Parts: sequence; C-alpha cells; structure tokens
Amino acid sequence: MIVLFLPTAVFFAAFFILPMCRLFLIGGQGAAGWAAYAAILTDGNYFNALVATFGVAVATTAATLVISGVAGVFLQRHKFPGNAALVAMLTLPLAFPGVVIGFMVIMLAGRQGLIGAVTEALTGDRLVFAYSLAGLFMGYVYFSIPRTILTVMAATEKLDPRLEEAARSLGASPWRVVFDVIVPGLKPAFISAGAICFATAVGAFGTAFTLATRINVLPMVIYTEFTMSANISMAAALSFVLGAVTWLVLALARTAAGSTVAAAG
Amino acid sequence: MDTRKFLFGLQLAFTLAVCAFLVVPVVMSMLAGLTANYLTGLSSGLTLRWVIEVWTGYRDTIFLSIGISVACLAITLLLGVPTAYLLARSRNRMARFIEELLVLPVAMPGLATALALIVTYGVYRGFRTSWTFILVGHVLFTLAFMVRSVLAVLSAIDLKTLEEGAASLGAGLRQRFFHIVLPNCRNGILAGSLMVVTLSMGEFNMTWLLHTPYTKTLPVGLADAYASLRLETGSAYTLIFFLMVIPLLLGLQALSRPRPSRFRGDDELNPEKLP
Repeated sequence: MIVLFLPTAVFFAAFFILPMCRLFLIGGQGAAGWAAYAAILTDGNYFNALVATFGVAVATTAATLVISGVAGVFLQRHKFPGNAALVAMLTLPLAFPGVVIGFMVIMLAGRQGLIGAVTEALTGDRLVFAYSLAGLFMGYVYFSIPRTILTVMAATEKLDPRLEEAARSLGASPWRVVFDVIVPGLKPAFISAGAICFATAVGAFGTAFTLATRINVLPMVIYTEFTMSANISMAAALSFVLGAVTWLVLALARTAAGSTVAAAG
Repeated sequence: MDTRKFLFGLQLAFTLAVCAFLVVPVVMSMLAGLTANYLTGLSSGLTLRWVIEVWTGYRDTIFLSIGISVACLAITLLLGVPTAYLLARSRNRMARFIEELLVLPVAMPGLATALALIVTYGVYRGFRTSWTFILVGHVLFTLAFMVRSVLAVLSAIDLKTLEEGAASLGAGLRQRFFHIVLPNCRNGILAGSLMVVTLSMGEFNMTWLLHTPYTKTLPVGLADAYASLRLETGSAYTLIFFLMVIPLLLGLQALSRPRPSRFRGDDELNPEKLP
C-alpha cells in the first residue's frame, strides 16, 4: 500500500527537502556568515526593499478584498441574465503568468497605454505609472481578483440568505446588513483569500521583472544579488527568509480561518 | 424600493468596471498583435506580420513549453493520483502533514525553489543544461494542484463503502484502483490536468532562473520579447500564448460549474447527487 506513495516521497525528498536544506546552509556560508540571515533587518538596502514589498503586498490585499468582496457577493446574490458571462470573464485570468500580467499593466498604464491616452485627451498630461510600485500594485491586484472572487462566491453561497432578510426586516440599513451580517459571515474566506493575495504579492517575480528592473522589491533584490553581484549566499539567505515569511503568513491565516489554504502563482 | 434598485445599479456598474479592468487589456494586446502600427491604431490595417515574426523567431520556445507541460502532466498523474488515493484513505495527522508538505513548493516564492535546485544540482552539467531541469521545478510547483484536485473528489464520495463492496466480491488492490477509484475521480483528474498544463505553460518565477540559452520556454521568450522587441511583436507573442492557454482555462471553468447548492436540502444526504 505504502509503495504507492514511495515515488512521490523520493521525488519530494530529493528535489525539494534536500535542496531547501542546502539553500539554508549556503545562506550562512557567505562573507557575512550566519549574520546574513539578519541582514534583511540590519542592512538598509534590504530593509527598504522589505518595507516596499510588504507595503505593496498589504495594499494589494486590501484593494483586492474590497473589490472582489463587492463583486463576488453581488454576483452570487443576484442572478440576472449575463451573470454567468460576467463570472467567466472575471475568473478567466486565473492562471495568467506574472510576465503576462506585467504586459497587461503596460497595456493599461504604460507609455503607449490606454490610461495615458485617455488622460492626455482629457487633461493634456499623459499619466504613465506602469514602471513603478503603483504599476506593480495594479498588476498584483489584477492577478489576485479572479482567485479571490471565486473564494468569496463560494463562501457567499454557503451564507444563509435568510440572515440578511432577517436583518432587513428588523430595519437594518443596507450598510448595517453588509457590516453586521455579510462581512462577519465571510470573515474566514476573507482571511484565507487575503493571505493568498499577500503571499503571492510578496513572492512574485515575473510582474516586477516585466515592468522594470529598478523596482526595489525583495524578489528583484534577490535576483540582482544572484545574477549581477554573484552573491549566491546572500541571495540564498534572503530567499530563505522570504519563503519562511510567506509560509508563516499562510500558516497563521490557516489557524485563524480554520481551513486549508493554498497559494498559487 | 428605489434605494435597492439604485444599489443594484451601483454594484452592477462596479462589477462591470472590474470586468473591464481585467478584459480590456487582454483584448487590447490581442488587437495590438494584429495591428500594423499600434501608435496609429487599427486604421493602419490588420496584419499577420508580427505573428509570423514571432513564429519564425520563437517557435522553439512554444514547442519546448508544450513538451514540458505534457511531460509535467504525465509525471504529476503518475505521482499525484496514487498519492491522493492514499491520502484519501488515511485521513489522519500524518496524511494532513504530508498534504501540507506537498503544498509548500506552491507557497514558497519560485525564486527560492529555483535557487535551492541550482545550488544542489547545478554542478551536474548534463542535468543543469537539459530541459528536465526545468521539468523538475514544474512538477514540484504543480504536483499539489493535481493531488488536491483528485483528493477533493475522493473526499466527497464514500470511497470506503465502494472499496469494501468491491473487496468483498474479491477485487484486489490493483483491480479496485483501476476499476473503482480512477473512474470515480475522473472529473478531479481532468480538472487537475487542465490546471497542471496551464500552470506549467505559464510558469516563469522558477523557470527564469532554471532555463539556459538552449532551454527557453514560452514565458521566458515572452519576457525577452517584452524587454527588447516592439510592442506589436510582444503582443503577437502574447496572442499566441492566449490562444494556447485560454481554451484550457475555459475547460476548467466548464468543469467547476455544476456545484451543488448548500441550501437545496437533501443534496448532502443523497450520495448519488454528489459530484
């Protein structure tokens, strides 16, 4: 029986567990020694990158939850002609890779982008923000909306509509219904979906890579350490810390939400 | 009830705006890949010039990506389906822990996994420079999706009773696996397969570090094109990628559509109605 599991176990041990242990050891063998693991806090450059990364990730999570929360609850509660088509469109980019998302941001907010063309026609000034943290933020929101909407819709489906009816019949205003009935009911879904948004925004690399090499977020810093400076041990230490933080966020969310959480992207 | 109508309209407008945010750039880039000159606009005429340029210059990346994703699917099927079956049979602490472990490479930033593979196996030149090096990364990343997709279906059916029935009639493990388990989790396997192929085709975070000049995949070529070629060519390349991936994503949507509603009552009691 257990023989069935053996191939997976061997593959996983050889290509994930062993390499991760090596990565951890190499992280402590650079010029800085084991202090490399503290460098993310003590070195000004790395710390700034950490702050920028977390800033974008928090903003992405907040924006995605609000947008997907409104749209997801709306689409689940109101079935009208065209509803299925809207859901299909909103979840289509589910597995678009980061590079392609970066290109979508360039299409919207790049030098030849739609937003630039519209703002130029309206105000005379061309608004271009794709190649900055704002562009990165937009890309991560784009990436996270489909997944989050699916989670919100699934959770809303399980939320008894009679609770909302009861609140309404007792005279609660629409806002009270939202904040006292719907939001608390969807809290576990929000926590797990939010954790996935945060984790992907912290660890993603493709979008930042497409938009600009100058965006100073941790994955880009790791990449630069590895390729430009050939500082493999620092890259190893930083990526190990990044991985640990991501895992921790997901683990905390799981205990808080009481359900299993998987990130993707 | 005017406020309710007003609120409905407001929410609908908001949802439509979100939809536009997601869909408009996709359509724009598809059109840009077919437009003679993007700056002039559609009036410059439609052309296949950019698509042909991409095809002649980057054909290899497309074939390599298809090859890797098919190989990745084969391996995740061989490893993932038996694993999911075992996990479904033994729902204990150990199974929970193993499931957790299998999801780790998905939660890990791709850069970290890629670096770990390079520092461990980079010295084996033959392996490092072959496409199988990328394949290993893709299998690590996608395996959890196959396992979870199959596991979800297996947890929803009464596997134990079905297997006991077959076993009492004299079916061995092999017979039960091929004639009871596999047919029952067909939809899970299909959904998992579509997800694995889609993700493998688009994987970039790891692949960018794992690839060599001779093993460029489609997303690596895309990043190249975005950085160095004109917008029309990048768009044409993206168009080809969309044509390959969007059918898979639509298939995934079709598979996930018929979900049992929680408030219809007897669904949960009637095993025949469960997926």
